[in-house]
Amino acid sequence: MTAVRKVHRRGFLKSGIGAAAGLTLSFAVPEKTRLLAQGAAQSGARQSALNGYIHIGADDTVTMVLPKSEMGQGPMTALSQVLADELDCDWGKVRAVFAPVDPKLYGPLQGTFGSMSVRTGWDPMRKAGATARAMLIETAAKRAGVDKSQCRTENGAVLAGSQRFTYGSLAEEAAKLQPPNGVAPKDPAAFRIIGKSVKRLDTPLKVNGKATFGIDAKVPGMQFAVVARCPVFGGKVASFDASKAKAVPGVKDVVPISSGLAVIADNTWNAMEGRRALQIQWDEGPLATLDSAGIRAMMKEGAEKPGAVARKEGRGAAALEGVSKKIEAVYEAAYMSHAPMEPMNATAHVRPDGCDVWAATQIQTAARQTAAEITKLPPEKVNIHTLYLGGGFGRRGGADFIAEAVEISKAAGTPVKLTWSREDDMTHDLYRPASYTRFRGALDAEGWPMVWTAGVGCPSFAGMRNGVDFAAVEGIHDIAYEIPHIQVEYNKADPGIPTTYWRSVGYSQNTFFTESFLDELAAAGGKDPLEVRLRLLSKTPRMKAVVELAAEKAGWGKPLPAGHARGIAVVNNIGSFNAQVAEVSIEKGKLKVHRIDCAVDCGHVVNPAIVTAQIQSGIVYGLSAALKGGITIKNGRVEQQNFNQYEVLRIDEMPRVEVHIVPSDKAPGGIGEASTPTTAPAVANAIFALTGKRLRRLPIRPADLA
Amino acid sequence: MASIKFTLNGKPQSVDVPAGMPLLWVLRDTLGMTGTKFGCGMALCGACTVHQNGQAIRSCITPISSVAGKSVTTIEGLSPDSTHAVQKAWTELDVPQCGYCQSGQIMQAAALLAKNAKPSDADIDEVMRGNICRCGTYQSIRMAIHRASEILRGGVA
Repeated sequence: MTAVRKVHRRGFLKSGIGAAAGLTLSFAVPEKTRLLAQGAAQSGARQSALNGYIHIGADDTVTMVLPKSEMGQGPMTALSQVLADELDCDWGKVRAVFAPVDPKLYGPLQGTFGSMSVRTGWDPMRKAGATARAMLIETAAKRAGVDKSQCRTENGAVLAGSQRFTYGSLAEEAAKLQPPNGVAPKDPAAFRIIGKSVKRLDTPLKVNGKATFGIDAKVPGMQFAVVARCPVFGGKVASFDASKAKAVPGVKDVVPISSGLAVIADNTWNAMEGRRALQIQWDEGPLATLDSAGIRAMMKEGAEKPGAVARKEGRGAAALEGVSKKIEAVYEAAYMSHAPMEPMNATAHVRPDGCDVWAATQIQTAARQTAAEITKLPPEKVNIHTLYLGGGFGRRGGADFIAEAVEISKAAGTPVKLTWSREDDMTHDLYRPASYTRFRGALDAEGWPMVWTAGVGCPSFAGMRNGVDFAAVEGIHDIAYEIPHIQVEYNKADPGIPTTYWRSVGYSQNTFFTESFLDELAAAGGKDPLEVRLRLLSKTPRMKAVVELAAEKAGWGKPLPAGHARGIAVVNNIGSFNAQVAEVSIEKGKLKVHRIDCAVDCGHVVNPAIVTAQIQSGIVYGLSAALKGGITIKNGRVEQQNFNQYEVLRIDEMPRVEVHIVPSDKAPGGIGEASTPTTAPAVANAIFALTGKRLRRLPIRPADLA
Repeated sequence: MASIKFTLNGKPQSVDVPAGMPLLWVLRDTLGMTGTKFGCGMALCGACTVHQNGQAIRSCITPISSVAGKSVTTIEGLSPDSTHAVQKAWTELDVPQCGYCQSGQIMQAAALLAKNAKPSDADIDEVMRGNICRCGTYQSIRMAIHRASEILRGGVA
């Protein structure tokens, strides 16, 4: 702790230099404490959004201060590339650290979600890099006694007339300048780091065990805790006897907190042993009789009754009247757990004068606000130290685990590391909502889709507007297909299971619904699934292009080995477009996904290798959710506890994935969540092509194939 | 509580902890070696994989008492400078995404290659299927194991 705080203070003192200026000098951080200091590294340059990202050391190292969380999706590298290219520095000298919370610098909602890191970072970071470069040039020109027009930059140095100055030799002076306004970023034709598959900055620490994840936080004097929570959502402790728990060697205390009982010990294992010895009577609350069948009935009712209209085109549902052949189908998806490899955890140190939290969090401002409310400290007295996230997928946007750690440290009076077991993580996730959608459609005289209606029954997990939670209907109401009559309605159907964003949010289940139902309409009209999509996407060229590319690369229409079939699906989400073609077979009742070709248009690509990796990643996540997992509820409890009951895709089930990137000079789109929605419908459509059986429920079970 | 002695990354180590305490928590909490990760606590995910006398084991279900007198290698001890063939291949192909499972993946892959210098895809499936990666780096892991095999067999590193 002391090491961290010293670093923090030193950073703070130095910040005076940078406060009114464009650059912030780096401060010497001992290598050993650097990782823990990541969150504490004060950029200091609080007054300008142009200068919050770049530190230049006298040793020519360039430290990028990034207000984004690294959970594998690559913003640490990609955003550093954007800054470095505009700064024109030596990529080999670039380091990246996680920024502290600073609403003035990074906005009121500092976090990483919605696949927005590069999308929203692109313009400000290009400007910040270009502005910093201009300040270095100005400094060099002055020092060399030449005009700025006689200066240029080259890989971390300014060439001013006949002299050469490294950025490190200029940084201190440059930092005293007023940042100029209106510096133009580079012509993209001159990019030399953007667009390259440079090596990830985080790889070296991730192959030798040295990357510090949330769960790895070390703070001198810290104790270790676990929490016993009511297995039923919303339940509370009625009474408890901690005497046996306190008799467990190493157990220091048992303290009630909002979510249950915290067991504090000298290590995590002893805390777990103490928890096993706790005797607790739970007041299970009103959800104690809830089960999956009841939840399904509630959502079915929501889908079947008239709801708030999310979209209406043409005559909407009225166009179904008098149609002789209606095509109807019900689609369903189960609750899903995020199940990141790193279970939830947080380390907190609450003191009378302040609070430090070390955590793998996706939303730093929410973490800080949560800690401030619990400690009754002003938010400025709460430091959030962001560490590497061992997966996030939306789960780490929650602050529930941070609240627990802060409450426990407050009660203990010492730093405390809280760790959730896998069982805690799976049974107290904030889940992807279950959903139920009733489609009714009709074809025109030539067999092309003419009417598209849907009733959606789903919990609200992202806020209501005019009676609609648009996150619950995204992927259904915003289809790009040109169908003359569209009507999508929504009813909130919320049984009380906690929910939140899950990689690709509503699209994660809704794209399965819509892309499968579109296939049903195609089959009913006797059309090829590819042909229907191309025809209905004629006014959405980028979407149409990915469909064409995926089909071409997969060899759509070309012969396959006996017993194999292909399916196709497409989505436009998070500002990007991707289409997938899956090739499957079923042998002895067992589904095998052989290959997935994904064509993606995500606008201007910063790092093709990261884009490729994210597409693969999203496909595996989507395939896991399509074929495995599934959270069920019985007596108000989640039935699945660990990876033996909530299975996920493993390496032996991994299909060959081919990623085809569409070159583009459009603004960057998102990539982290792009490919997840498209996989399940591509696979289900392939199963239909193979067997004639339409699968309308996720996850797909082996029995569904029979 | 008894003093348990074993060899850890080539050096003698002694710990005073409950005999039933899993090796994982001894490494992480008692010794502060956090490169080995907690993922499931039931040997279902492989994040906690270390070597015991050269064999890959799940440290989350390995009581410390059973390690007495044995030699344990963790990710921190696989090589002093990330130069094990598996680490080189992982670096070359930028395998990790979030990276949380990768200590376990690397230790499992190193144990595989120690026994089988040229594993087939089927060999890789059989041994690596115990290690979950939620970021879905499986395709890269497979390529990196083949690459590490090449390095081990004298390929250009």
